Amino acid sequence: MSRVEIMTGNQAAALGARLARVQVVAAYPITPQTSLTETLAQLIESGEMQAEYIRVDGEHSALTVCIAASTIGARAFTATSANGLLYMHEQIHWAAGSRLPIVMCCVNRGVGAPWTIFNDQQDSISQRDTGWIQLYCRDNQEIIDTVIQAFRIAETIYCPVMVCYDGFVLSHTLMPVEIPEEEKVDAFLPPYRPHTILDDTNPRTINPVMFADLRANAEGILCDGYMEIRYKLEYALKGALKTIQDVSDEYALVFGRDHGGLIWEYKTSDAEVILTGMGSIATEATIAADILREKGIPAGVVGIRAYRPFPTEALIRALKRARSIHCLEKAVSYGFAGPVYTDLRAALYGSECDAQMQDYITSLGGRDIQPSTIAEVVLNRIKSDAFDGRFREPIWINCRTE
Amino acid sequence: MPETLFKINAKEYILPGNRSCQGCGLSLAYRMALKALREKTIMVLGPSCLCVLHGLYPSTAVLIPGFNTTFASAGAAASGLVAGLRALGRDNETVCAFIGDGGTSDMGIQSLSGAAERQTDFIYVCYDNEGYMNTGTQRSSATPLGAITTTTPIYTKEEHKKDLVRIMEAHEIPYIATANAAYPIDLYDKFVKAKKIKGTRYIHLFIPCPPGWGFPPKDTIKIGRLAVETGVFPLFEIENGKFHFTGRSRALAERGHKIPVSTYLERQARFQKMTPAQVNVFQQWVDRRWEDFLRRAEADAKHFLS
Repeated sequence: MSRVEIMTGNQAAALGARLARVQVVAAYPITPQTSLTETLAQLIESGEMQAEYIRVDGEHSALTVCIAASTIGARAFTATSANGLLYMHEQIHWAAGSRLPIVMCCVNRGVGAPWTIFNDQQDSISQRDTGWIQLYCRDNQEIIDTVIQAFRIAETIYCPVMVCYDGFVLSHTLMPVEIPEEEKVDAFLPPYRPHTILDDTNPRTINPVMFADLRANAEGILCDGYMEIRYKLEYALKGALKTIQDVSDEYALVFGRDHGGLIWEYKTSDAEVILTGMGSIATEATIAADILREKGIPAGVVGIRAYRPFPTEALIRALKRARSIHCLEKAVSYGFAGPVYTDLRAALYGSECDAQMQDYITSLGGRDIQPSTIAEVVLNRIKSDAFDGRFREPIWINCRTE
Repeated sequence: MPETLFKINAKEYILPGNRSCQGCGLSLAYRMALKALREKTIMVLGPSCLCVLHGLYPSTAVLIPGFNTTFASAGAAASGLVAGLRALGRDNETVCAFIGDGGTSDMGIQSLSGAAERQTDFIYVCYDNEGYMNTGTQRSSATPLGAITTTTPIYTKEEHKKDLVRIMEAHEIPYIATANAAYPIDLYDKFVKAKKIKGTRYIHLFIPCPPGWGFPPKDTIKIGRLAVETGVFPLFEIENGKFHFTGRSRALAERGHKIPVSTYLERQARFQKMTPAQVNVFQQWVDRRWEDFLRRAEADAKHFLS
């Protein structure tokens, strides 16, 4: 029998890693990730979890340990936040380029300078172009389920997965969580089979220097150049759209919970005004949608769960009836706009969806936002005369901009 | 006792035709190291001359598996391999990181220090060719005083090299050794010994580099020997904190006199701008270290006998 316990998002992630039978954990402390890796240390030292725990000298080393362990053939897990994630950046690319199915929780936090320990999503967004799958969770139940799903996805297509959830908003907030049964998880997630070989009976050099062009091996067979290897990573990420959905669907069948695979929808069947976002801000948008409906506006929410790969087709399907789309974002591509807006506008261009679009920057460094405020700014925007389909500057909500 | 050449493992682990330079000290040392480490070894490689020696995809010149990692991460990569091997129950394999002086004393020192502090069960080798030779002879913190590099082209390096051995000793690891490509049997014996010890083992290799240092490829062994004969690079072991000279350095300590450093310096183009004053400073630095080693060898030997 599965059981329900009250726990934080970080505890849910740790239990997910234990249920996934992670074999190597490496982590370095950073708020708000710490209680996740503290929980894992407790589980491992008490014997409730069989794993090697390497208490490393920094996040760059944390991900390096996972890369090496995963190459040898051990299931590896790490977690970090904000500047810790940025410090990993080189190895984040290395893990994806090595096609290693590492799972990392990014407990989203704003990045310095200036320092903030509070939540936004600038950290994971700044790792967007590394070749990792990025999944954003909206509650603690989704966190435990997504960590388990993430290993299944990663080991199916040999790509690393970043499970992102909002610092403090989820990481330190208690919610009831149904803990999946061990036997069911074991059946859902078979043991990891590495694609790499580090064995002197078949000596290889893993990740050697490559040339740009194809090159013959000792038998005269033309092998990939750097560009082919990179294309294969892109091909795998695009293929991951199906894998993420399939894994989510199978998980729903086995465990009875469906978090939506690539995207999730709230009251969209008759909605003309769609709010969109990732993580807990999208959950908050559902309350804002209800407030808008009370005012006679047919509003709904399309939450983006998979940000990389970007679910273009699923979003076009979900948004094709929308008259206006409002992107709520906790990150900025400085000098342009929010990342979701940027991608969504590109994905929808020329599609059957010709909705008006507005971008909103909100909650940076943990600044509070109420659903009523979201409803108010969206209402003001759809009443505005300037809603003519052209690019407009993002609106910074709850921010002194004069 | 030192082994003789005839006792050295006859198997070759580096295939002919690798990409190292003519007269490369690294390829000589690496050949001996692999003969000593033998099978059931996984090498950790950084971006360096060694990763070029290992070969460009899809071919490799080395019959021992190699795991490439980024510049700053060799200690952590070895830690991850050791952890992964333990998790999988593969308990009879040796992990050996073989990293240049830049990847050790500059960029990689944090992850090396972390791995040593955790007493990770692996061998870390710093192959010290005293600069960023693979990228074209730039200054590292292991470059000696007075050396011209492409990033110290006019004034030469104005500081002594960083003493990695003392830094590693501060980690209280069970085995530290220096070795030199010009003394293959001494080098071989140290790798054989290191392989048998548990915990973090650190070997600092002196690797003469013909193009980087500016001497003819035929003189690699000569330059390596002069570094020992002058006391610039003494050969020793520190086992559980106890210091003793080995090989030629032991002979020098017991009955010989080391020769002036100028005989070593003047054979290398990189030192051609050194002033007599700089040569004096270099000589004093060598003498001071040599005297320290002598006192320490004597004290530790007394301690051993008592």
